[in-house]
Amino acid sequence: MRAIVTVIGKDTVGIIAAVCALLSQHQVNVLDISQTVLQEYFTMIMLVDAKESDLPFADLAELLKQEGEARGLSIRMQREDIFNAMHRI
Amino acid sequence: MPMFNKNEILDTIRMIDQQHLDVRTITMGISLLDCCDPDAGAACRKIYDKITRSAQDLVRTGEDIEAEFGIPIVNKRISVTPMALVAGASDTEDYLPFAQAMDEAARTVGVNFIGGFSALVQKGMTPADRRLIAAIPQALAQTQVVCSSVNVGSTKAGINMDAVALMGRTVKETAQLTADRGGFGCAKLVIFCNAVEDNPFMAGAFHGVGEGDRVINVGVSGPGVVHHALQAVKGQSFDVVAETVKKTAFRVTRMGQLVAQEASRRLGVPFGIVDLSLAPTPAVGDSVARILEEMGLETCGTHGTTAALALLNDAVKKGGVMASSSVGGLSGAFIPVSEDEGMIAAAQSGTLCLDKLEAMTCVCSVGLDMIAVPGDTPAETIAAIIADEAAIGMVNAKTTAARLIPAPGKQVGDRVEFGGLLGSAPVMPVHREGSAAFIARGGRIPAPLQSLKN
Repeated sequence: MRAIVTVIGKDTVGIIAAVCALLSQHQVNVLDISQTVLQEYFTMIMLVDAKESDLPFADLAELLKQEGEARGLSIRMQREDIFNAMHRI
Repeated sequence: MPMFNKNEILDTIRMIDQQHLDVRTITMGISLLDCCDPDAGAACRKIYDKITRSAQDLVRTGEDIEAEFGIPIVNKRISVTPMALVAGASDTEDYLPFAQAMDEAARTVGVNFIGGFSALVQKGMTPADRRLIAAIPQALAQTQVVCSSVNVGSTKAGINMDAVALMGRTVKETAQLTADRGGFGCAKLVIFCNAVEDNPFMAGAFHGVGEGDRVINVGVSGPGVVHHALQAVKGQSFDVVAETVKKTAFRVTRMGQLVAQEASRRLGVPFGIVDLSLAPTPAVGDSVARILEEMGLETCGTHGTTAALALLNDAVKKGGVMASSSVGGLSGAFIPVSEDEGMIAAAQSGTLCLDKLEAMTCVCSVGLDMIAVPGDTPAETIAAIIADEAAIGMVNAKTTAARLIPAPGKQVGDRVEFGGLLGSAPVMPVHREGSAAFIARGGRIPAPLQSLKN
């Protein structure tokens, strides 16, 4: 199951490392990644494959959200389908 | 070249985070026709069992989809067969237990409303319809989540003015019995003309007899998203406005369609329709009135409001229709006063009055909705307002409705607080000149001609 992970917030050291570590712990494969920093404002978007994950999707999303809250970031993981449905015919 | 479009993803997240994009409701329609029983107690047990069995996974499934797609699904609800049709088979005068069975079942499965304590009396009333209507005030006072609706007119049948008169009294009685909560019972009672069978929105949802055993209907929302999109085209022509609304409605509806299909698949219940309504909430930034003002009106309710609403309502449908495999329900912009922050402000300033709201209902879904009027408004005046609204629906072959709250002990200028999505309603003035002799006539207003349309 492919999903989009978005990380939005103030830039700090080690954001990408922390998110990737968490994903790899749970056998989530990163397929693509894009990030920008605009005036200390950090935006990262990752396309991931969660089909081998040892956790149910909702639990994984919750774990990422908590990780984000601990760092003052908004981290969310959503199924890719929602973005395709809204923007592609 | 990345495998995704960054702007599209951030757009969606902004819509959810800042513009109140959500799925307003997943509503499971359940037929109760197979619960009829001569013994009322047995019928109530069958009703409770069928609802709890059918919808046991509804709330959890909604929450799962919400978590996986990251899209809020605000309400999970149930609609059932109009109860007068089910209860009519039972040998009893008292229909209150049927409402209580609905209430218990709904609370067991955890939904926040259940609709269908309803009767369809556009042409005439059966003894069962009369008993059901007689039970409405007690049912709405004594249950928590049961919603009631009565269809009093249709384009094909005309308007049943005996039923209109009866509903005027029923609304008043319901307000009295829930006086301690500002007449809250009336917020759960809708009087329709041309009621639809697959409406997922409360308080008017019921599961029509032409529907299957169970069905999943989804209502989308998104006034905030439309408002935001229009802010980007300030001062441009109405062609641009219409195009912008259509594109936005398309996106919102595609999201609703995806959620509907997913819910249908997981629950093993056929997908029915997506309802393309712009349903506001009392939250700032989620208002239909503010969209109309964004088009260039100083305050919602001033001259131009009806035209602005007509454009909005039509563009939402045009954009949404292509995005869904099956569109139905009410599908239009809602203008509930108490549930819309901009409408509340416009009503309080005196710009938005009942007569203008009535005109607006000619071009949008669904009618005079969530409007508080003075507590001493006579039942006949309430009935006459219902008749006016039904006439608009009947002649224009569209659904109209009235959800009026004669707030006990309240005067014009007071405010009634309902809380949550139902918001707070400023008490609006009604004409003081009576309509009693008009309502006392009874009988039927004949169905209108469908040709010679002028």
